[in-house]
Formats: sequence, C-alpha cells, structure tokens
Amino acid sequence: MTPIQLRECYRMMLLIRRFEEAVEELFAQGLIVGTAHFCIGQEASAVGAIAALQPDDMVTSNHRGHGHFLAKGADPRRLMAELFGRSTGYAGGRGGSQHVADFSIGFLGSHGITAGMIPIATGAALTQKLQQTGRIVLAFFGDGATGQGAFHEAVNIGAMWELPVVYLCENNMYAMSTPVEEAFRVPSVAERASAWGIPGVRCDGNDVEAVASAVSDAAKRARAGGGPTLVEAQTYRQCGHSKSDECLYRTDEEEQRWLQRDPLTVAAAKLIERDICTPDALDRLAAQVEREIEEAIQFASESPEPDPETVADGVFADFDVI
Amino acid sequence: MRNVTYVRALNEAIAEEMERDDDVFLIGEDIADCGGVFGVTAGMLRRFGRRRVWQTPISEAAFTGLAVGAAMAGLRPVCEIMYVDFATTCMDQILNQAAKLRYMSGGQLTVPLVIRTQQGGGTCEAAQHSQNFEAIFAHVPGLKVAMPATPHDAKGLLKAAIRDDNPVIFLEHKLLYETKGEIPREEYVIPLGEADIKREGDQLTLVATSRMVLHALEAADRVAGEVSVEVIDPRTIVPFDLDTVAASVEKTGRLLIVQEAWQSGGFGSEIIRRIVDRCFDSLKAPPRVHGSEDVPMPFSPSLEARVLPNPDSIASAIREIVA
Ligand SMILES: Cc1ncc(C[n+]2csc(CCOP(=O)(O)OP(=O)(O)O)c2C)c(N)n1
Ligand SMILES: [Mg+2]
Repeated sequence: MTPIQLRECYRMMLLIRRFEEAVEELFAQGLIVGTAHFCIGQEASAVGAIAALQPDDMVTSNHRGHGHFLAKGADPRRLMAELFGRSTGYAGGRGGSQHVADFSIGFLGSHGITAGMIPIATGAALTQKLQQTGRIVLAFFGDGATGQGAFHEAVNIGAMWELPVVYLCENNMYAMSTPVEEAFRVPSVAERASAWGIPGVRCDGNDVEAVASAVSDAAKRARAGGGPTLVEAQTYRQCGHSKSDECLYRTDEEEQRWLQRDPLTVAAAKLIERDICTPDALDRLAAQVEREIEEAIQFASESPEPDPETVADGVFADFDVI
Repeated sequence: MRNVTYVRALNEAIAEEMERDDDVFLIGEDIADCGGVFGVTAGMLRRFGRRRVWQTPISEAAFTGLAVGAAMAGLRPVCEIMYVDFATTCMDQILNQAAKLRYMSGGQLTVPLVIRTQQGGGTCEAAQHSQNFEAIFAHVPGLKVAMPATPHDAKGLLKAAIRDDNPVIFLEHKLLYETKGEIPREEYVIPLGEADIKREGDQLTLVATSRMVLHALEAADRVAGEVSVEVIDPRTIVPFDLDTVAASVEKTGRLLIVQEAWQSGGFGSEIIRRIVDRCFDSLKAPPRVHGSEDVPMPFSPSLEARVLPNPDSIASAIREIVA
C-alpha cells in the first residue's frame, strides 16, 4: 500500500472501532435497543478487502456488518441514526443493525440469515457479467456460514459460470459459541475451494495490507473473467458474539494472544516504522475520529422518530420510504 | 405448586423425558456448552453427556433432516432451531419429509420428532428475527403444532410432544421465557389437542395463542366492567380443540381471535372458517381476527409497537364487536 492508502485504512479501522465502542456504550445506556454484533478486532478484513475494490464495485455483508458498511463509504451519522431507529437512518428505521443498505455506494446489504446473502452476491455478479459493467461483487461471510448449503450451492454455481465475485470468509474462529474445530474438519476454510475448482487463499486477517493484497489478486481475476476466488481472512472477534455474550466458551490466554495482534496496533506500528505518521499525528487522527463519532451520535439523537402512520409504506415498490 | 419461569419449565420437561427414555436426544446449534441462546438446554450436556447432546454447525437443513432420519430409525430427537425465521432454510425436511414420510410409506414408519423453536416480535430484532409461522406448519397435514403460553402448559405439552409418535412443531415465544407461573410438584403431562379456558365469561369468546394469551387476559380485565370475556387458549393448533371453542361461541355468540402472526392468511382465519361451519347460527356479530399489521417487522421501537397487537388494541376490538 502507498503511505496515503495505509494511513486512510488505519483511519477507517479506527473509525469503525470507535463507532462499535460507542454503540456498545449506547446500548448500555438504553439509547439503542434490539441487538447488534460488533466487529471489534476484525476491522482489518473489512477495510483491507474494500480497499482492494473499485469504488463502484459491490459488497454484500452479514449480521456483523457495521464495519463493512462504514468501509464501503457509509455516512456514520446515517448508520447511527438507523441504529437509533430514526427516520434519517439508512432504512428509515425499518432495518436496524442487521439490515442496512445503500445501493448508491454499492452496499447491497447486511442481513440476519447466516449465508443468505452469498447466493444474492452471486446473482448480483451474474448481472455484472451479463450487463458487462466491469464491476465485481464481494461477499463477506463468517466461518459459520460455510456450514450452510446455500454457501456451497452458490459458490459452485459462481465457479461454474465464472462469475465476477470474490467470496470473502472472515474466519474469526467461532460461530457464536461453536469453535471452528467443531464445525469442519479441514484446518482452513480456503482449502475447501478445491471442491469447486477455484483458487482458495488464506491471509492474515489482522493485517490490513495482507487482506488488501489477497483481495486485490482475487478482484483482478474476477474482473478479467477468470471467475471467483475464495479468500479466507483469519481473524478474531475481540468482543462477544452479540451485545449479551460473555464469551464463557473461550480462554483468557486465547483472547490475550489475539489482542497482541490487534489490527489497529499492527497498522499503527507500520505507520510509525515507515515514518508515515508520528505518534502525535496518530493522536490527532484519533481526535478527529472521536469528533466524527460524536457528531454521528448527535445527529442520530436529534433526528425524528419515523411516523407510525407510514409503517406499511415500502412493502411493495409503489412507495418511497426514504 | 412451584413458581417457575417458562424457560425452567421447558428445561425440566426435557430433563425428565431424557431421564425417562434413553432414546431421547438433543440436536441443534449452540445447545451444549452454552445451553442454547435462550438457556432451554442449560445443564443437559453435564447431565447427559455428548452422546445425547449433539451440537451442530450452522446447518439447519442437515441437522433437521438428520433428526428426521434418526427418528425414523428408532430414536426420539428433540431438535432446536434457534429462531423460527431460520426454519425457512430447512423447510424441505420439515414440510416435505417429516410431515409426509409416515403417510407416503403406507404407515410403515413413524417420525417421533420434536422441533422446538421460538418465534415472535417485541424485542426490536426486526424483520428476520420476529416472525410467527404457525400457520405455515399448520397448513401442511402431518405436523402437530403446539404454542404454549404459560410455564405450566410449556412443561406439560413438551413432555407430551416428546412422547408423541408424530413430528411436533413446538413453538415457544422469546418474550415468554422469563415469565413465571405455577406448576405442580408432581409429574404431569398435558395431552396435545386440549384447549384451556383461561378465563370464563359469557358475552364474547376470545381465542388467543402464545404470548397473545397474556395480552388477551389483560384486555379482558380492562373491559371487565363492560363486557364479560371468555379467554380460550387452544394450546395446540394441530390438533385443534374445536369442541371447546364452539361450545363457548354457542354460549357467547361472539368470537374474536388474537394472534401475533400477520392479520392475513393466519390460523385465526382458519378458526373462523371452522366456527362458521359448525355454529354459524349462534353468531350474533361477525367474528374477527386481530393480528399484526401485514408488514415485515420494522426495527424501530415506535414502528414495532404499532405493528403488534397489545392489550389496548385488543380491548378496542372487543368493544367494537359488542357495540
Ligand atoms: C440460518 C441461520 N442459523 C442460525 C443463525 C443464528 N446465528 C446468527 S450469527 C450466527 C453465527 C455466525 O457465525 P459466523 O458465520 O462465523 O459469523 P460471526 O458471527 O463469527 O461473525 C448464528 C448461528 C442465523 N442467523 N441464521
Ligand atoms: Mg465466525
């Protein structure tokens, strides 16, 4: 990565981290309700993968989608407003944490059914191929999603039809309380690619440059008509599965080991080592991010509630909701 | 009597049946060490060991089908699907296989299977985690469908479901798990297909299911000075205890059904069809269904509250029918 790219990636990862921490806090204060899945510890895979795409490429996400969305260019204010359930949110308060989308920036949506978006990403890739747009689609999903038939079926078709899609598995070692060793026998998700006759590559999911480099190769291949690649970013969620999880199924040693490879620490060390940023400059960046988050919270909390009378608008295509 | 939570009552039912019958085993996601995301299977791994508690990958189609096969071949699986919304990914195994295998084999085999899951809204979990699908299961011949509203009914019905030789879809409600109620100290089983009159009255019959039973009782209290409401909980919708509901309608002449499922195409409409067939002449007013508004569940608390029936909206519906 160029110095500017690396610095921008670091800034985005920090923004995501602070955003998630703020939302955690807002839950505790009762200002946000429902549920949410934070990506604390996994920022590098979201940011690195999207850094390797063109701005008009498309992305699908899963339940752990705030980071994917922000990295794709979401406005933190409108994402926060959606979490507050306000009319200014990305879905006008209809979607919430697990169901946000912004088609204008190529973010086709986060969603709540494990693996449900993988066939959809594959279909969006079919559209790109038929319409010869030159765009590709990247599907984010977790290690747990590889247990679903929808995943296997979609990747097989994507491979057969050489669709311009990148399958990006964020292997954070657990699906809720279930460790990957209890979910599949192969030591790595990438190994499964051979079953569909496509390349499978593994990368350090806590190193934003490593993720960007793996996805960049996969994107090039997809754009050139070479079909899909399965990229596995190995990472770790430092937080619980959702806001109410105390992680009783993991050991402290394991958590500590991964904390030492925190993606922000890894990236910050590179910025300093390569003389791209001074520690002071990093502090200034942090302060700027902090302000952005405060603005997002202020925007969300001052936004109006959706009008209950409009609740049925938007079920069919006859109405504009937002 | 003892005062226990709904989740505790379910947990006891499972433990008692596993104790009683070695063929009963559990299968589902995150049910072992963490005891299921709602805690229904808490302690089962410790008590019964891995041989009887099978924690699966996120593979509903596979493990539900596996449960069907295990049941056919001689075991009695209790299968947990975390949210009813996820059952959409294994509907082939439920609707095409489990429901029909006995009939299609000319009665040669049985599928003694319980699929436990939970449904419902009210927790701001939005469109893919708040649905109510009982009508879909009830529509397909071959499946029994239970939807208990109280800890007492939850325990007694789950024990009956596990002993039943048919596939039973056992629908819990996420907002009932922490509710409390009295259950007997001694063992008891509630047969599938017996409605319970939760409150007696003689001017209007209110049939409610699952969490809506609680709201219906509250609404009946609120209008007590004006209308005498009889609240009936069918407890299972397949088999459906039409006799009890029809006897009540013959007495009151008025029928309101309250369901959390969408207003249109739900089981409430089916109840009306059966009542119209059975005792049309007893009706003094058009029977009505009060369900959720026909929209995917919105996330925002202010919108969600608007969609779901609540004691106020039920009280208004009661008043409109008697007016
Ligand atoms: C079909 C389906 N089954 C189960 C769930 C419940 N669930 C939500 S997230 C999750 C774990 C997903 O694990 P993974 O794909 O590894 O993603 P991670 O949470 O680790 O980011 C589960 C089991 C669901 N949403 N959909
Ligand atoms: Mg995972």
